[in-house]
Amino acid sequence: MTDVGRHPLIELMTYSEVKNVRGYVGNFEVTILRRARFVDEKECTACGDCADVCPVIRPNEFELGLSTRKAIYSPFPQAIPPAYVIDIDACLGNMPLACEKCYQACEKKCIDYDMMDREVEVKVGVIIVATGMKVFDPTSLTEYGYTRYPNVITSMEFERLINASGPTGGELIRLDNHKRPHRVAFIQCVGSRAQRRGMPYCSNVCCMNTVKDTILIKEHWPDIEVSVYYIDIRAFGKGFESLYMRSKSYGVRYIRGLPGEIRSNSSGNLELIVENQENGSVESHEYDMVVLSIGLEPDETLEDLRQKLSLSKTADGFLMEAHPKLQPVDAPTRGIYFAGCAEAPKDIKDSVTQASGAVARAGILLNKGEITVEAITSRIIESKCRMCGICAKVCPYNAIIFDKSKKQYPKVVEAACAGCGTCGAECPFDAIVMRHFTDEQILAQIDAMLETNPMDKVVVFACNWCSYAGADFAGTSRFQYPASPRLIRTMCSGRVDSKFVLHAFRKGAPVVLVSGCHFGDCHYIDANHWTAKRIEKLKKRLEKLGIRSERLQLWWISASEGQRFRKVMELMEEIRQTVTPEEVEETKRILEEAEAKKVKAG
Amino acid sequence: MDRRIGVFICECGLNIAATVDCESVKEFAQSLPGVAFATVNRYTCSEPGQEEIKKAIGEYRLDRVVIASCTPRMHEPTFRKAIEEAGLNPYLLEMANIREHCSWVHLHDREGATEKAKDLVKMAVARAGQLEPQIETKVPVTRAALVIGGGIAGIQAALDFAENGYKVYLVEKAPSIGGIMAQLDKTFPTMDCSI
Repeated sequence: MTDVGRHPLIELMTYSEVKNVRGYVGNFEVTILRRARFVDEKECTACGDCADVCPVIRPNEFELGLSTRKAIYSPFPQAIPPAYVIDIDACLGNMPLACEKCYQACEKKCIDYDMMDREVEVKVGVIIVATGMKVFDPTSLTEYGYTRYPNVITSMEFERLINASGPTGGELIRLDNHKRPHRVAFIQCVGSRAQRRGMPYCSNVCCMNTVKDTILIKEHWPDIEVSVYYIDIRAFGKGFESLYMRSKSYGVRYIRGLPGEIRSNSSGNLELIVENQENGSVESHEYDMVVLSIGLEPDETLEDLRQKLSLSKTADGFLMEAHPKLQPVDAPTRGIYFAGCAEAPKDIKDSVTQASGAVARAGILLNKGEITVEAITSRIIESKCRMCGICAKVCPYNAIIFDKSKKQYPKVVEAACAGCGTCGAECPFDAIVMRHFTDEQILAQIDAMLETNPMDKVVVFACNWCSYAGADFAGTSRFQYPASPRLIRTMCSGRVDSKFVLHAFRKGAPVVLVSGCHFGDCHYIDANHWTAKRIEKLKKRLEKLGIRSERLQLWWISASEGQRFRKVMELMEEIRQTVTPEEVEETKRILEEAEAKKVKAG
Repeated sequence: MDRRIGVFICECGLNIAATVDCESVKEFAQSLPGVAFATVNRYTCSEPGQEEIKKAIGEYRLDRVVIASCTPRMHEPTFRKAIEEAGLNPYLLEMANIREHCSWVHLHDREGATEKAKDLVKMAVARAGQLEPQIETKVPVTRAALVIGGGIAGIQAALDFAENGYKVYLVEKAPSIGGIMAQLDKTFPTMDCSI
């Protein structure tokens, strides 16, 4: 930690958040909000004179509320940067007449009540997301009585109680009478591997954390009896099994079976009711402290950041990798990488390993010093353009420069264009070519698909990042569905021009599905909002023409929603079966007529 | 527009071949307009598979390549590189996904899957006929990194970047770095302190 504070190439911005991210791989422009700490970070020597005189007392978050701090405080003794911070909502110093005690006490005059939040712009080529996770709050598991019984604590609270710099100076005590416990039980999988409440997955670290905790107790106080209630002990890593054996050799009892209930008796002791799965008997055991070994879960406060970075999450809520096996540290968005628990629960060693891996991967880009941009950007055909400006309006990247008053053709900034194709789909004059995803190419795919037996097929437009990937995931998961759908890949659902849909119906398609990322997940910021608007408009138009709008479907399917993909395909098949050959012929006739009218009108 | 398209149908061991009748897909591909060559490979992505593509490009003067195999999200870069090595622009490649979108999801419908595979190949051939060579532009990379989160993973990442000589911005929302790790007493498996 101290190395980070010292390194000349590391600019540490604590008490700060990423506010905005623009740009693309190799060239991100990031706005960082630096919240005011009201203490000059560089000048403060962490002498603590300020806190000594501060009259405001608040629960200490670092100690999980087991002790208190002042309104001006250092988060913990080894904090980096080693500077105090004012909890301004609690501070009385805003009204100098009321307090200002810390200001008076500070010899170096580091305190500034008028300090303001400020924004900093930085330019970077790569981004590592190492935002971590949060720990499970077991209050909802009422049978364990956490918060109801003072001697039921979480594994995180245990860490602070046994820590030499913690609130008790490392003395393990019961929270009701402050005496050392004689019998301690650990309950595993609290919030993990739960079918109903909590998380369905294994949190990876809790078994070994408990094994470690039991060793700490036994090495300090060998006379404390320690029991562990568990489903399985997962000691799979290097050195883990020997640690588990060490715990057992110290006399820690491991009992297979999770308690169904904890009751408190008159002495404040706790009674655990458990079905011992070794012998099938229902047993009751008394302890004077119970530690709930809590799992890890995704931090939902990071949802906003996730959307800013156009990242997806897997079904468990953690961030989704580009490939779960072959690109485990790459985000699907180029230039962004993962480290630590943001991607999945993992221990310190794995977090460190992944961080080094992420830096090595990012280094591939940084070392080269330049990157190639895929040749899928848009181009304007000036001879067809009528300078309406719609392309510039719909571009999520502001990559099309157009000023109506200047009477110049719009211009695409190639480095800023991400190739979503929304401009191409929205241009009313066909004056935009999407390279490698041209109208001609997509229409040729539709024609080829529907040339024979069109009635048997469902035309599916799928975006590269979400729904196409969701179909891939259905494949790797071997989810079975009817063989009628045929996918046409576009980079974004925003590329799906109304004319593609109408063309498919004209060629006899019974059902057309347009699919893309969920709102907020779009790989091209919010291009899929244009898809939604376009499809809604198109459905109305179909109704007006006397074509059943149910035959045009719009579904959002994420890359991790293989099951949803399967279900949507089954639904498409159901709709397909409601369409008769007569209906399709009628549709073809209506659309041919409409087309003829349009041509005639010129 | 006379195209000389080569179609390579991958069996992917039995991943595709167990469900899709690859030989009949090949025969169908041979009948498509613009197709100059079609073949079935055991594993198209393997070294011999790629060699076969390169050889066929020269031998049959192919100007477009269609590979019916797994998802392009997996091997498109592999095959783009292979055809580039044989002198074709990498954008003259089209893939038909007959594994994730076909053989694996219609395991019990050999006929349906084979018909679908034929369609997917036909669509890919039609698209390939319209493909144009493209030239990729190069843009410079800003040689600096942003690390979001100052827990153990973010700390390690920031240090590794800095030791590599890159400027790093480490952003942490709390007043100190350290994250949840800093709250732990001892850590496994070494049983030493966390800070």
